[in-house]
Amino acid sequence: MMDKKQAVEIRGALDKLTIQRFKSLRRNLRILKQDKNAMIGFLVIVVIVLVAIFAPWLAPYDYSEQHISSSFRGPTSTYWLGTDEFGRDLLSRIIWGTRPALIVGVLSIIVAIGIGVPIGILAGYKLGWIDRTVTWAVDIMLSFSPLLFGLMIIIALGPGTSNLAFAIGLANVAQFIRLSRGPTMALRDNDFIRAARALGASDLRILFSHMLPNVIGPIIIMGTLSMAGAIRTEASLSFLGYGIQPPLPSWGNLIRQGVEQILQSRWMALFSGLALTVTVLAFNMVGDSLRDMLDPRELLTKARGKLDAF
Amino acid sequence: MKVSYIVKRIISAVVIMLAVATIIFFCLRVLPGDPAIVILGDSASEEALKVIRSQLGADRPIWIQYFDYIGKLLVGDLGVSMITKQPAGMQIWNMFPYTLNLAISSMIIGVLIGIPIGIWTAIRKNTLFDYVGRVFALVGFSFPAFYLGVLLLMIFSIELGLFPIIHQIRTGSISEHLYKLCLPALSIGLIEASFITRLTRSCMLEVLNEDYVRTAFAKGLKPNRVYFIHALKNVMIPVITAVGFYTGTILAGAVLTETVFNRPGLGKLLIGAINTRDYTLVQACLVTFSFIIVVVNLIVDLSYSLFDPRVKYE
Repeated sequence: MMDKKQAVEIRGALDKLTIQRFKSLRRNLRILKQDKNAMIGFLVIVVIVLVAIFAPWLAPYDYSEQHISSSFRGPTSTYWLGTDEFGRDLLSRIIWGTRPALIVGVLSIIVAIGIGVPIGILAGYKLGWIDRTVTWAVDIMLSFSPLLFGLMIIIALGPGTSNLAFAIGLANVAQFIRLSRGPTMALRDNDFIRAARALGASDLRILFSHMLPNVIGPIIIMGTLSMAGAIRTEASLSFLGYGIQPPLPSWGNLIRQGVEQILQSRWMALFSGLALTVTVLAFNMVGDSLRDMLDPRELLTKARGKLDAF
Repeated sequence: MKVSYIVKRIISAVVIMLAVATIIFFCLRVLPGDPAIVILGDSASEEALKVIRSQLGADRPIWIQYFDYIGKLLVGDLGVSMITKQPAGMQIWNMFPYTLNLAISSMIIGVLIGIPIGIWTAIRKNTLFDYVGRVFALVGFSFPAFYLGVLLLMIFSIELGLFPIIHQIRTGSISEHLYKLCLPALSIGLIEASFITRLTRSCMLEVLNEDYVRTAFAKGLKPNRVYFIHALKNVMIPVITAVGFYTGTILAGAVLTETVFNRPGLGKLLIGAINTRDYTLVQACLVTFSFIIVVVNLIVDLSYSLFDPRVKYE
């Protein structure tokens, strides 16, 4: 059993390590470069982002350009991935589909961080009834699955890109409250916070100019990690018909179209799903290494190691 | 001690459930559109609309509607479907076995594939087997279950013709149920297997470093006994927790999978209700989904002591 003194010591070492951890973001990025999986994932993400930016120039046709005479083609030299019922080029539609995926992904994470982090640091800093209420609210939010929560918000707000981003963002808020609350609690008794308090800084000032810069690093990293989930949720909602609305292409609604016309052409569902899977995989490959880097259990082992060295 | 802990957990679960029901109620009330117009159509006369509104209770203040809804919910009444006029609870009860079968069979597939692969990849760390297992875990983890469903449908139903394309259940015989469960359960189960593989592997690697594992080996016990008796027991706790929390994902996945396979179930009922704007039924479905998640989490919490006698309830 661990006695009280030891527990205090471990906590002190942990706090120090946590702070060091937040400061050494750049060193962590260097470690990341040596990780082969993370590098492959990162390169794929860069390619996808470039494809999204340069979609109008990269896509051989416009996403809504119809070639009625050549509907339901398989892959040919004119249409590399084939065509749909209206003879629209599938490759062009998949290329344009990178945009809603990334836009909704990024926006939803911004919404989740923007709502979740202020609440999280407030709860972690103030503790007491605010913290209890927030913890309870987090428990409630975790009783919804993100997809069903997003679906509920979409039913209430109606479909569309910004509503979709807002819905998925709200569904992920709980996770970011948790993420920012923990480190804030570890930091709140640190000297620099106490000094700020002693100098008469207001709570708002302490939270936003002292606390936030110290906890935001790992949160942004976790944000990129949540991109995989957000992109998948976007595709799922679009697949169900409540996300991005046709004729605007998104990987989710392309898969839906592919399933509806699966007897005429198998290529549509196959290739759109592949694009979705590769993107999610790339984000997960980067996320895996990031998660290892930020693993609190690893922190604890190191803290114990330091104590042994005393 | 233990009983009081269980009671406390059950009370907190009930409170959470009520809060969830409240969120669902108010979220669906901000909806634009009048339920009376949904039922009668745009051309209905004002008098007819009034009659319907008072029948639905939609002309009362929202607070009274809310307390009415919560009161009924507490006795298990989920309201009456606006379209079919049947009790929503009955419709959900009729569809529930389909989704339950799907969730349980995919969980069985996930556990049967995931745990052995997770253990073996951990034992044979850095061998070819481990590498293949890890690739399976990473790819599976990123694979959207509904896309896997589409691929299974393409391969087994369209190319090979072994399974139907539309998984509607007609006769209701056990063999038909099992036959039409194969592909949907596989599509969720394989994804869950990859998730469990990842988790089991990382927990197992941690446990294998523990002193009691070294002691067990030093005593001269057979490796399989150490791995499957000593180590596995300690791996089970995080795995059970994760499988429990994963239930939510499975249920949400069921909405997608049932759509892909055209299979009856809670998810298909929810989507149908959204499309027909049957908001009472939508509300009832969402409440049911959350209820299942809360109950499963409660069971997971309470089952810890079965696997770990060190867990003491306070």
